[in-house]
Amino acid sequence: MKCDIILAGVGGQGILSIAATIGLAAVEQNLFLKQAEVHGMSQRGGDVQSHLRLSDREIWSDLIPHGGADLIISVEPMEALRYLPWLASGGWLVTNSVPFVNIPDYPDNEQVMTELGKAGNTIVIDADNIARDLGSSRSGNMVILGAASSFISMPFTALEGAVRKIFGRKGDEVVEVNLKALRAGRDAAGR
Amino acid sequence: MQKLLLLGDEAIAQAALDAGLSGMYAYPGTPSTEIMEYIQVSRQAAADGVHREWSSNEKTAMEAALGMSYAGKRAMVAMKHVGLNVAADAFINSAVTGVNGGLVVVAADDPSMHSSQNEQDSRFYGRFAMVPVFEPRNQQEAYDMIFDAFALSEKYRLPVLFRITTRLAHSRSAVRTREKAGQNSLTLPSDPRQFVLLPAIARKQYRRLTGVYEKLHDDPVIEGNNRLTEGRGREMGIIACGIAYNYLMENIGDRSGEYSILSVGSYPLNRDKVEALVARSDRVLVLEEGYPVIEEHLRGLLDRDVTVLGRMDGTVPRDGELNPSIVASALGLEASTGKDVPSVVRQRPPSFCKGCGHADLYSALAEVMTEAGPGRVFSDIGCYTLGALPPYSMVNSCVDMGASVTMAVGAADAGLFPAVAVIGDSTFTHSGMTGLLDAVIKDSPITLIISDNSTTGMTGGQKSQATDRLESICLGLGVDPHHLKVIVPLRKNHEENKAIIRTELYHKGLSVILARRECIQTASRRKKAEAADKNKSGK
Repeated sequence: MKCDIILAGVGGQGILSIAATIGLAAVEQNLFLKQAEVHGMSQRGGDVQSHLRLSDREIWSDLIPHGGADLIISVEPMEALRYLPWLASGGWLVTNSVPFVNIPDYPDNEQVMTELGKAGNTIVIDADNIARDLGSSRSGNMVILGAASSFISMPFTALEGAVRKIFGRKGDEVVEVNLKALRAGRDAAGR
Repeated sequence: MQKLLLLGDEAIAQAALDAGLSGMYAYPGTPSTEIMEYIQVSRQAAADGVHREWSSNEKTAMEAALGMSYAGKRAMVAMKHVGLNVAADAFINSAVTGVNGGLVVVAADDPSMHSSQNEQDSRFYGRFAMVPVFEPRNQQEAYDMIFDAFALSEKYRLPVLFRITTRLAHSRSAVRTREKAGQNSLTLPSDPRQFVLLPAIARKQYRRLTGVYEKLHDDPVIEGNNRLTEGRGREMGIIACGIAYNYLMENIGDRSGEYSILSVGSYPLNRDKVEALVARSDRVLVLEEGYPVIEEHLRGLLDRDVTVLGRMDGTVPRDGELNPSIVASALGLEASTGKDVPSVVRQRPPSFCKGCGHADLYSALAEVMTEAGPGRVFSDIGCYTLGALPPYSMVNSCVDMGASVTMAVGAADAGLFPAVAVIGDSTFTHSGMTGLLDAVIKDSPITLIISDNSTTGMTGGQKSQATDRLESICLGLGVDPHHLKVIVPLRKNHEENKAIIRTELYHKGLSVILARRECIQTASRRKKAEAADKNKSGK
């Protein structure tokens, strides 16, 4: 078993909490794991990505080869497209539909959606709206993770367990709202 | 023994603590920052009383670490690659003095310049200083090699250079830890003149160094980290340094038995193993993350004894970090290129955070500089360098820590008036103060703006040595109090700030303006922490 995931977004959108959740779940499942992060200058509102690799065998490279990712998880639609060179044929792309506009030449949303439609196996959901309906606009990243959960090679309960551990320090309320977001994302993806 | 999920940086930090570290010294710099950050929040470090305060710059860090070593205890110093330039004087001479307690110098290189001004390769410094160099392949090795590095440092009484690159520094994986060792006791050097580099002593010490360096080639630990596996094929032998080995194995994995491979994890290279590889191979491919250090050696000046493939002949790109796809091409394997990036995708460069004080400063400065004319703003290393990008597009230089001040001085000497230097508070105390003294002494007609966000922002908000000290530092260096101004860069102060900047800009002597407003990121973290504290005490 191997599952290579590209996580994408804009600095400050919380892709590292998605990475930490999957990472912790993977460790609990006794999987091998490597996760390359972006720190430093790019975190200032620039594009950020993380290469997350899971396997039941030793993993060599910290970086996923081009055409090797089983899954792209993105919290921003244009950012999802930036990493298409990494997506394997037959791989899945799960993204938020809500653009993060902090550049003057951000493309027309319809064009972005058209390209996402052409990208192959794609799930596009309005994670911001789903999170807002749950009363926690900051849990959009957990909604996206939930939507992608069926493509990550581990039981859903393992992700739930990781959410409990990671958000545990912040109290039961925060844990509950993130679990709800995770489940709502899974339901929205309909898989 | 525990199994921890650690960044490469964190693995190094945890290993140093487990190896009996007494003092950690550093200045923040991507991708090395997390080493010190890990040790600062470590309960183990607190319980063991490990010294772990940020230093003003990499040179002071290196010297303090050498002092800790002088007193017989184990010290580590960490910096980004260009930080080693700042620390170079102390570093090179520490090889001549030698050490007493184990001393490990971590240099984190940044090939592809994700967050840097160049992609220099610290292995050059290792050879230059004639010290052992370790280059771990993965997080577990980063952990394990720190123990070897300290032991080797004490065995040969030499500092050891520990070289990593961005991908290892910032990639997380499981690491098995070892049993913790105790700290060394305070012990002075047996030779009281060991650290006194007066010429007569330095000559003797230098001779010792050249002799020890020769012995390092055959040291069993260094040799053990040069791993040669002899494969069935003769067509291509491969030398893979550090994490390049991972990219190689990613590609050939199960078929690795077809190639002879020398996997290099420490330097100086073991000559016998290189010779054995060359003897078994028609051609040798060299895979290095960084400069073609080994490749250049292997080719030699005449480049004719061995057929070498690598960065210098274009088999591997001359610059930039390696990845699995580049290594696949170098091996002559078919590399997947994946789908193209659709043209609709735009660049998203880093930018100022919403509400950033630097941005408000630049809004005011931009208007004043439009009146003064283009090409007059020298800047420095930090978030405020983003003033070079639209919408401001007004920064004309970013070279090295502190260069804003002294380049403005030089340009003013050439007749450029007005000239402005923009530097951050932490960069100023790192390397701007000495330049300011030059400016004070000749009353250079420049305007120095210290954009004081009271933190080291770009690297994630570490403590700034400048906080609450800038006025007294400037006055102490001799800045005229009448031309030392403080402004608060806020939208509502825009006109007032412009007026102050304009007045000082046209003053025919040195002016310093402190533009002071807390970093929006550290402010929000501070408020959250304060709210959490209040909640706790409320309960």
